[in-house]
Formats: sequence, C-alpha cells, structure tokens
Amino acid sequence: MSINATLIGQMITFALLVWFTMKYIWPPLFDSLEERKKKIADGLAAAEKGQESIVLAEKKAKQVLKEAKEQSSEIVSLAQKRANEIVEESKHTAKQEGERLIISAKSQVEQEIQQAKEGLRKEISTLAIAAAQQILGAEIDKAKHQDILNKVSNQLG
Amino acid sequence: MATEAHAEGATGYIIHHLTALRVGEGFWSLHLDTLFFSVLLGGIFIWFFKNAAEKATAGVPGLAQNFAEMIIEFVDQQVKDSFHGHSKLIAPLALTIFCWVFLWNFMDMFPVDILPGIAGLMGIEYLRVVPSTDLNATFAMSISVFCLIIFYSIKIKGPIGFAKELMFQPFGPWLTPFNLLLKLVEEIAKPISLALRLFGNLYAGELIFILIALLPWYIQPLLSFPWAIFHILIITLQAFIFMVLTIVYLSMAHEDH
Repeated sequence: MSINATLIGQMITFALLVWFTMKYIWPPLFDSLEERKKKIADGLAAAEKGQESIVLAEKKAKQVLKEAKEQSSEIVSLAQKRANEIVEESKHTAKQEGERLIISAKSQVEQEIQQAKEGLRKEISTLAIAAAQQILGAEIDKAKHQDILNKVSNQLG
Repeated sequence: MATEAHAEGATGYIIHHLTALRVGEGFWSLHLDTLFFSVLLGGIFIWFFKNAAEKATAGVPGLAQNFAEMIIEFVDQQVKDSFHGHSKLIAPLALTIFCWVFLWNFMDMFPVDILPGIAGLMGIEYLRVVPSTDLNATFAMSISVFCLIIFYSIKIKGPIGFAKELMFQPFGPWLTPFNLLLKLVEEIAKPISLALRLFGNLYAGELIFILIALLPWYIQPLLSFPWAIFHILIITLQAFIFMVLTIVYLSMAHEDH
C-alpha cells in the first residue's frame, strides 16, 4: 500500500475527465432536458387551452342551435299565419267573385228577359195584325187603324 | 489457474491478488493496472455520455440518452438539494465522480481470477483490476476535491475571510489556537475520510471475494452469490457517498458566514 506517482497520474486523469464532462457532456444533456421540460409544459398548457376552447365552442354551438331553433319555430308560425291569411283571403275573394258572377248572371237574365219581351212585343203586334187581318180580312186598312194598333201594342208592353 | 505458479498457499494467493502491477521504485513508481483501468473506465464513461450528448434532443430520447438523462437528473437533484450557490463546475464534477467511482467499483463484480488470469496468460504477473482498492486512486480524487474546497473557500470568502473562519470559529477569537487546530483537523479529515472510506469498503469487499475464492468450489456460489448481490448495493452506495460528500463539502466552502 504505497502512495506513489500513480496519485499524480490519477489526479491528472480526474482533472481531464471533469474538464471534459463540464465542457462537452453536461451542458448539451442538461439543455436538452430543460428544453424537453419546457416543451412538455408548453404542450400541457396548449392542451388545457384547447380544452377550454372546446368548452367555449360547445357553449357557442348550443347557443347557435338554440337561436336557430327559435328562429325556425318563428318562421314556421309565421308561415302558418300567412297560410291562414291566404286561405281566408282566397275564401273572401271566391265569395266576392261568386257574388259578382251571380249578379252578372242575374243582370244578363234580366236583359234576356227584356229582349225576349221586346221580341215578343214586336211579334205579338205582327201576330195580332195578322190575326186581325185574318178576322177582318182585307177591310181593315193598316194605315187607317194605325192608332188602334199602337194602343193594343202599348197595352201589351 | 495462472496464479497458481506464484502462489504459496492461501497467503500467497491473497497477496498476489492484492499486489499492483508496478513499474519504478520509490515514490516515482506507477501502478500501471490502476492507471490503465481507471483511464479505460473513464474513457467508457466519456464515450457513453458523449455519445448521448451528441444525439441529445428535446424530442423523444433514445435508450442511451434516456439512461444518461436519468443519471444527470439524479445528480442534478443531489446538487440542488445540498448546494445552494451557483457553480458551473459542481454538477459535472459530481457526475464525473459518481460515474467514475461506480465504474471503478464495478470492476469488483468480475470474478477475482478472470482478468488477472487472462493477464497472466499474456505474461503480466500482477494485476489488480479494481482502481478503488488502490489508495493512490482514491486519494487522487479526494485530494483533488480538497484542493477545490480550499480554492472555493478562498475564492468565495476571500483569503482574509477564510483565515478568519479558520481562526475564530467555532469558539470566538479568545480561543484562536484551539480553533485553528480544530479547523485544520476538520479540513484535513475531509479528504482522508473520503479516500479511506471508499478504499476500505472496496478493499474489504475484494478481500472477501478472494477469501471466498479460496474455499472449495461447491461452497463458493453459496457465499459469493449473496456477497455479490450485497456488493451491488455497496459499490453504488460508495459512489453515491463520495459524490454527495463532495457536494456537501463544496457547498460548505461556498457558505460565507
């Protein structure tokens, strides 16, 4: 067990090893550790942020859905109302149209009756003259008895 | 066994195993085995970590990087727990000590006759494979740490501050000689206890392995297996203790009263 120059050799070796470790080994490995730590922390923070935004988005989606539902039900009710109105309107128009048609039909009928009466009046007077001619024969002069004929035809009117 | 030629009974076998491969005489001699294995193990440590450091990314780490990072985080945690100053040196220093001492100690896990046996076949007479069973290795490390302690004490506290601490603590200026004596013993005890603790544990561990190797072959596994398992704890623990004490001592050197 003798202490000898090996001691010095070992000290030199030790110094070299420590120097090398200090210069080339510790810094890169330690830095990579720190960097990874930071990366993981960032990742976790991002994940948390993502979760938060998901919650927010869900909330927003619910809101939008609710609004859409409200809007659609409003639209539906409006449409129903409008449909009812249209039906009512068309009913009304139909009624009016019907009445109008009835009125015009009535007036037409009246007109036709008038025309028929007029025609009949003319024909009656002819018929009456013809009948009188038949009865009285040629004695009756149309020009002479114009007054009488007019009276008769007036009575018929 | 290659060692048998030189062994004279059990004592010869033990002595042979605990003799270093030495060149030169007196102080200026070298333990080639200690130097070789500690440089080799230091090279393995540097190679592994350099490899991991070169490929280091903040993304998904590879197996080597993962392992290196695990050790680095462990060492960093120890440094953060005990050391409150700012120093670029102390964490890499602690890492080097932990890994290097662990690798030294790990050489103890090889069966005691394998490496000396191979060396014997190659014509090398003596080979002690565990650098931490060489006082030169453990003292080299602890004296380096001691130098750092003195260096930082003077750097942080200033030469006067350090001298004051040596003279006036713990009992005040009226007991200066006594304080000085106490402080000197305290400071010098640090490297000695560091070196001897590691050396003693590993030397004793190696000795027990050698003693077990002397027993009949059918008893050996019964003893060497539990001792080897226990030794896994010891080698890690000794590396850990050396590292933590270094950190604590340097932290004390950084504290200005």
